Amino acid sequence: MSEVLILVELHDGDVKKVTHELLTAARRLGEPSAVVVGAPGTAAKVRDALAAHGAAKVYSAESDDAADYLVTPKVDALATVAATANPAAILVAGSSEGKEVAGRLAVRLGAGLIVDAIDVDGSGVTSQSIFGGAYTVKSKVGHGTPVITVRPGAIDAEAADGAAAELSAVDLPAVDAARATKILSREPVVGGDRPDLAEASVVVSGGRGVGSAESFSVVEELADALGAAVGASRAAVDSGYYPHQFQVGQTGKTVAPQLYIALGISGAIQHRAGMQTSKTIISVNKDAEAPIFEISDFGVVGDLFKVAPQLTEQVNKRKG
Amino acid sequence: MNIVVLVKQVPDTYSERKLADADHTLDRGSADAVLDEINERAVEEALLIKEAQGDDSTITVVSMGPERATEAIRKALSMGADAAVHVKDDALHGADVLQTAKILAKAIGTVEGVDLVIAGNESTDGVAGAVPAIVAELLGLPQLTHARKVELNGTTLTVERETADEGLVKLEASLPALVSVSEKINEPRYPSFKGIMAAKKKPVNTVTVADLGIDTGEVGLDNAWSTVLEAAPKPPRSGGTKVEDEGDGGTKIAEYLVAQKLI
Ligand SMILES: Cc1cc2nc3c(=O)[nH]c(=O)nc-3n(C[C@H](O)[C@H](O)[C@H](O)COP(=O)(O)OP(=O)(O)OC[C@H]3O[C@@H](n4cnc5c(N)ncnc54)[C@H](O)[C@@H]3O)c2cc1C
Ligand SMILES: Nc1ncnc2c1ncn2[C@@H]1O[C@H](COP(=O)(O)O)[C@@H](O)[C@H]1O
Repeated sequence: MSEVLILVELHDGDVKKVTHELLTAARRLGEPSAVVVGAPGTAAKVRDALAAHGAAKVYSAESDDAADYLVTPKVDALATVAATANPAAILVAGSSEGKEVAGRLAVRLGAGLIVDAIDVDGSGVTSQSIFGGAYTVKSKVGHGTPVITVRPGAIDAEAADGAAAELSAVDLPAVDAARATKILSREPVVGGDRPDLAEASVVVSGGRGVGSAESFSVVEELADALGAAVGASRAAVDSGYYPHQFQVGQTGKTVAPQLYIALGISGAIQHRAGMQTSKTIISVNKDAEAPIFEISDFGVVGDLFKVAPQLTEQVNKRKG
Repeated sequence: MNIVVLVKQVPDTYSERKLADADHTLDRGSADAVLDEINERAVEEALLIKEAQGDDSTITVVSMGPERATEAIRKALSMGADAAVHVKDDALHGADVLQTAKILAKAIGTVEGVDLVIAGNESTDGVAGAVPAIVAELLGLPQLTHARKVELNGTTLTVERETADEGLVKLEASLPALVSVSEKINEPRYPSFKGIMAAKKKPVNTVTVADLGIDTGEVGLDNAWSTVLEAAPKPPRSGGTKVEDEGDGGTKIAEYLVAQKLI
């Protein structure tokens, strides 16, 4: 069986959930090989986690520079492995950096690129949801090794035994300073104890209707009761109520949780583009004509400052 | 300093976007088209850099797209860009991300001595978020993408990259380089009346694929390295239950969630 390369995404040295999703998708296409790029010692720490999701092989592309430069070390690593492994496909997470890695890798390999797949079948046909969920298209790469980015959260990760006993070391080419971008510092997203927005199964979002940064605690309290991530509309972000990295919508994050609760959000098309493929949508808005109701499974016309705290209380009571 | 800004005409997201039935490409006739908002910010950033440099920097906008893209180009010129290159060729119909990046890289090559390329981080129609990185790969430039802040000191560029998954990352590289800007970078200016009048006299160099030294047999829908097999519009989501809050709105939602086994 041919190898299928996946690029491992890490957070604080741990494997991100999307990596397990990539391994699950890769198993449909062949034998998954995980490629770890980072500072020396990174791969050894995550090998077991990768094997538990079916990685048959783990490549470690490690150097001090690998962690200190943007995008290109990952492209170098995948291109180097691809040259000898001759993989059936290469899967990369559809994160901001993942999309950039995949794009550069595709031109370097002279291969076709599929961006933002929500599903991949055994014959390499991918599904993509475009225009904020208005269309589903099926595509296939007809040239070279398919390079596919997979939307985080779209594929259910399944555990599986992988052989992954040994690490295969990959030699990274030296960094060409004139063409590379140095990372000076990082300030990871401080989501606190809340789940990652893109990976959460429940998202509670607030809009301009929340009215101020202080009152966003109403949104946060409901989110915490439900074990949810917090999101925000662009108007809420622009008004300084909540940080930009939590924006949901066309120019923010695309989320597709089991449950999406919109508080004080009108439901503009650009917001809907980022959340309308959620399984269940619930909204609270004091304007009965707000377009968000058109796509809500359950809507309450009312004041979010009355409805949301009551819901929080009910949820906490049921948990109690 | 020579700055190139990559701008794109996109269907206005306020109008409905459709795929053409025949070949699953974007039906550009079905929606109003505008200069992508993120590209207004890219132009604005170029203007701010030019103003800060206080020298005779030149800003050239480069756009690939059909005849209608001239409107986006005019808008960028009326904001203050100096010249434009418009790649217009029927052979480009259905061009994919890789082809687009290759064409743009060649078109940037027609501008002499480019120090800085500025793009939007993601377009509102493609949302590939990959074109700038691929252009950087093709031109051998360092990529400082998803910038919410750009600082230029001599030939050293520092950028604050902000993305939802990585948070803030501070980046550094030296010119020549490519930057892509995020929504948080700036507030684009409105073109002044003077700017609009001046734009009419600014040079727009319209080029074809062949002019760029690319074989038309390598571009367009038939030559894309990935193909769309089928496209299906999603049935529109219909609204469900809507109730007025009578003091029990929160409880009603909780009951709904319980019934749906969501809590
Ligand atoms: C190119 C482009 C990209 C964009 N990208 C995004 C994006 O990624 N994400 C995004 O969200 N938007 C995006 N927008 C903006 C979008 O068009 C809307 O302006 C925005 O979504 C509105 O946010 P909102 O619903 O919070 O605010 P509003 O439209 O002002 O709605 C506020 C709602 O709150 C309700 N309300 C007020 N007080 C209360 C109360 N006490 N209780 C209950 N309800 C109350 C009001 O009835 C109203 O419906 C984009 C726009 C453009 C042009
Ligand atoms: N056809 C095009 N013409 C000019 N610039 C483009 C084109 N397509 C993409 N770009 C640039 O690349 C950015 C990101 O686009 P994308 O990778 O498609 O999301 C855009 O904001 C533009 O700056």
